[in-house]
Amino acid sequence: MGAENDMAVEVFDLATGELRELNQRLHDLNEDAAKTPWRIVHPRGAHAVAAGVDSPVKIDIEGHVGYYCAGMNQHAQITVHGMVGVGVAENMMSGIVRVKGHASQSAGATAHGGLLVIEGDAASRCGISMKGIDIVVGGSVGHMSCFMAQAGHLLVCGDADEALGDSLYEAQIYVRGQVKGLGADCVEKEMRDEHLDTLAGLLEKAEMGKVKPSEFRRYGSARQLYNFQVDNTSRY
Amino acid sequence: MCGIVGLYLKKQDLAGEIGELFASMLVCMTGRGPDSAGFALYGNEPAAGHIKVTLRHDGGDYDWQTLAHSLGEFFACEAKVQINANYAVIAVRADEEALAQALADKDPGLTIMSIGRRIEIFKEIGSPESIVDRFGIRGMRGTHIIGHTRMATESAVTTDGSHPFSTGMDLCLVHNGSLSNHNRLRTNLERAGIEIRTENDSEVAAGYLMWRMQQGDTLQEALEAALEDLDGFYTFAIGTADGFAVLRDPIACKPAVLAETDDYVAMASEFQALADLPGIDEADVWEPKPAQVYTWGAAN
Repeated sequence: MGAENDMAVEVFDLATGELRELNQRLHDLNEDAAKTPWRIVHPRGAHAVAAGVDSPVKIDIEGHVGYYCAGMNQHAQITVHGMVGVGVAENMMSGIVRVKGHASQSAGATAHGGLLVIEGDAASRCGISMKGIDIVVGGSVGHMSCFMAQAGHLLVCGDADEALGDSLYEAQIYVRGQVKGLGADCVEKEMRDEHLDTLAGLLEKAEMGKVKPSEFRRYGSARQLYNFQVDNTSRY
Repeated sequence: MCGIVGLYLKKQDLAGEIGELFASMLVCMTGRGPDSAGFALYGNEPAAGHIKVTLRHDGGDYDWQTLAHSLGEFFACEAKVQINANYAVIAVRADEEALAQALADKDPGLTIMSIGRRIEIFKEIGSPESIVDRFGIRGMRGTHIIGHTRMATESAVTTDGSHPFSTGMDLCLVHNGSLSNHNRLRTNLERAGIEIRTENDSEVAAGYLMWRMQQGDTLQEALEAALEDLDGFYTFAIGTADGFAVLRDPIACKPAVLAETDDYVAMASEFQALADLPGIDEADVWEPKPAQVYTWGAAN
């Protein structure tokens, strides 16, 4: 199927097609070809679906997927209409990944940029070692979320489990519900106007504009566990 | 590594298809556990007052009919036997202890896989596909079924080291992970009179639950105590006569996914194993939390 008209959609059926073929075709998209949106049907829990995409293509995945879905994403807008396994959008660089269901562990792990939206809950270690990604979770997050997180934002509209932000660097954490426990060197911080603006902007981008920024609390690093130099602030 | 799968029916409409549905789930987890596989089926109940024993005999044809006849005479009842490959399920009117003793007296070469009103445990070395074919899983009926595909880490590839492990009347456990304090626990349990037959760490976990429940714990309480006493990595699926439970260790390194509809609860190491279940697209699918005991049915 080509891109003859605006309604054209490239459909790939993983019940009959090979995962490697799908990902190769997605990797090969040039800027022009990326204008045609894709629908991936019957993913049946396959791992690494749409991993390594490097073009501004819009992709809808119609079902539950396995590990590392949309990993290393760059530029693409990927929506999963189901649950995702371990490491969704791990190491994402840019683009938007949206999960309509729940997410397993290590969502957005080590990711450098882009936006990850999880409409359901995210399990343990959400945003572990994140390096600049913004993550918005509609539900709650599991324990050890934002462990050693270096940069970026984690917004949690529900609750956070134990050891939130353990050994945190400079990532910013906002939680609307209960925090079961803060990890080492993670503390609650004052919510100032600029933080409310950041929250409002991210909620808007995540299409959760009805959630009120004023209901969140802010958490960050106490900067006791690493050698923080104030002169380096602009580098984060 | 290992794969675990479980299917518990909340309504009995799918009881006739449970073997077919479960076979696909088990085979799907071959990549996580190619060296042996096993399952515990919760099938039909025998006549009132009777219990079922599942027995294994290695090597050659075995005269199960004569054994059943002799058990029937011993317990003064009708003994029904159902032969399946090198296994047989025999139903007699007896209590657990007397039946185990009678079997040990008649033929110490037999291995008791499970005893209960409903449970039947089958396991062997070989690929999950070969286990499905060998025992005719696709044609089996029941209310729930729990299985395991094994990639051995802590002990040798043997039938005895395969899962599930029986944990007492109608109870069984499958395990993905490894326990680090199983040697000390084994010694303690043996002192308390719990027989542990293999070097396998998972059998120690099964023995631990058996011991706790002998002390009067409910399954829920035994699993909560396990969180304190078992050191290591684990995702467990546990079957009872009328229930099903899932527990993950507090760190939750070993994977698990749950799916629930009005008709069933299904559990697997990876979602792929659940992809063929009816209504899965509309199911609630999520990852069970660490250190939280999940139970369905009469598992409390």
